[in-house]
Amino acid sequence: MTAVYELAGVHKHFRKGQTELVALRDVNLSVAAGSFLVLLGRSGCGKSTLLNLLAGLASITSGEVRHQGRPVTGPQEGVGYLTQQDTLMPWRTVARNVEMPQEIKGVPRQSRAAAAQELINRVGLAGFEHHYPRELSGGMRRRASLARMLCGNPQTLLLDEPFGALDAELRNELQQQLLNLWDGTGRTVVFVTHDIEEALVLADRVVVLGPLGKIVLDAQISLSRPRNIDEIRLQPGYLEQYAQLVKAIRGASA
Amino acid sequence: MTNHDVTNSGTNVTAPPQHAGHGPLLVATSGGWWHRWRHTITINFARLVTLALIVVVWSLISGPVLDPKFFGSPLGVVRALVRWSMDGTLWSNSWTTIKEVVLGFLLGASTGAVLAYLIASIRPLWDVLIPYLLALYSVPKVAVAPLFIIWFGIGLEMKVLLAAISVFFLVFLSTAAGVQNVDSALKDAVRIMGGTRRNIALKVTLPASIGGLLTGLRMSIPYALIGAVIGELVASNRGLGFLINDSSAQFDTDGVFAALVVLAVIAGVLNILVGFIDRIASRWKPTNEQK
Repeated sequence: MTAVYELAGVHKHFRKGQTELVALRDVNLSVAAGSFLVLLGRSGCGKSTLLNLLAGLASITSGEVRHQGRPVTGPQEGVGYLTQQDTLMPWRTVARNVEMPQEIKGVPRQSRAAAAQELINRVGLAGFEHHYPRELSGGMRRRASLARMLCGNPQTLLLDEPFGALDAELRNELQQQLLNLWDGTGRTVVFVTHDIEEALVLADRVVVLGPLGKIVLDAQISLSRPRNIDEIRLQPGYLEQYAQLVKAIRGASA
Repeated sequence: MTNHDVTNSGTNVTAPPQHAGHGPLLVATSGGWWHRWRHTITINFARLVTLALIVVVWSLISGPVLDPKFFGSPLGVVRALVRWSMDGTLWSNSWTTIKEVVLGFLLGASTGAVLAYLIASIRPLWDVLIPYLLALYSVPKVAVAPLFIIWFGIGLEMKVLLAAISVFFLVFLSTAAGVQNVDSALKDAVRIMGGTRRNIALKVTLPASIGGLLTGLRMSIPYALIGAVIGELVASNRGLGFLINDSSAQFDTDGVFAALVVLAVIAGVLNILVGFIDRIASRWKPTNEQK
């Protein structure tokens, strides 16, 4: 089993005037290729910072982050990142937003438009290709963002509480959609959330983070795949693993 | 529960139709011609009535109450306008002012936008220059008119430049604010896609700053007119400002009002232009600020 990401002794400090804010202290983690890893933790435990380091958007203070064996010094080829906030370009229509990763790679206009259209259909936005982001609801913007990320055909997906701002029903629907889009593709996913249930239904492996990114629990999730979000709660073992995660996350903050 | 059963088979996700049971639905608008235009027609009618009222009141009190020698009269204004349009004074002077406004606007807006894009993107340069630029911006434009007269005489150039510097600062500052307030998350998104600095400049900073540019253009249109007319009032031998000065020197109050009316009409036309720009600019409004 090869590792997509390897973190060794990672520290991250933020300078603030004369003081330094320590966000992460001595984090060691390895992310297996093709796995669905969820980083679970309460607000302020450094999980978003960690994801920014993986994405190459922030620099580490000390330690090492390796992606496909090479040190991460900036944004990596083949990595998609879905942030908490929408980062769709407001002046571009849905279609032009979704095709953007291919536009930057220099894919010819026609084939990238076709690729974008296919993804738009797959995330359920057909009919809204020519709408601007401000004309869409929050859920539709999430779908468009998801489609845009996939348009770059990344082998590694980083998702930072992507469905946090949505209502419960819509969240379930998009979680299911994410699983469907991921199943069988061999892509690696690192998904950050503070929602225990979300972690459990999505993950192969849940890493519970305490303060300063300390790993409190590293658990393999034994629920079968492919998963159905609505039925997974009835599977044997669900409640035990749920209780285990609750205990870990409570213990971490105590 | 059944909703998701179909979507659970590999990549073959069934795309919901136009309306998936959440979010807005697109439907054709209904309603007749009168229903749609009632508001606009009523408002415009009320506007005409208001104008008519002012003119009527003015002509009624001009004479019995107000001395027409000082306050003019609507009839006198119309007579002055007819006289000027017959002998061509109106057209040649209006054309002069319009030329100054348009040239000044184009010159000021283009230099303002280009310099803003260059200077605001280079942070140290911006930090060094901004106090001076703000100081110059605060100088009343009429105060530099004498300098422009020394350099360029009292011809067209001086008015064009006065209009241009008024426009320049507004466009410059507004565009620069647009360039600097570009959401860094949007830049990061392009970096993640593997975008170069050039990609970020062309695909994020440039389009994102267009909102600021349009705001600047919109705000500065009236200032182009103000700059040009101030130039004409300071020193000129043609243009609407000259017409005002000239009429005033001859104690022709009706003439002064007539020239003001023409200026107001030009300003009105320019404001329609502003409304047009506003409509384009709405596209650049932030994502969650609807209408």
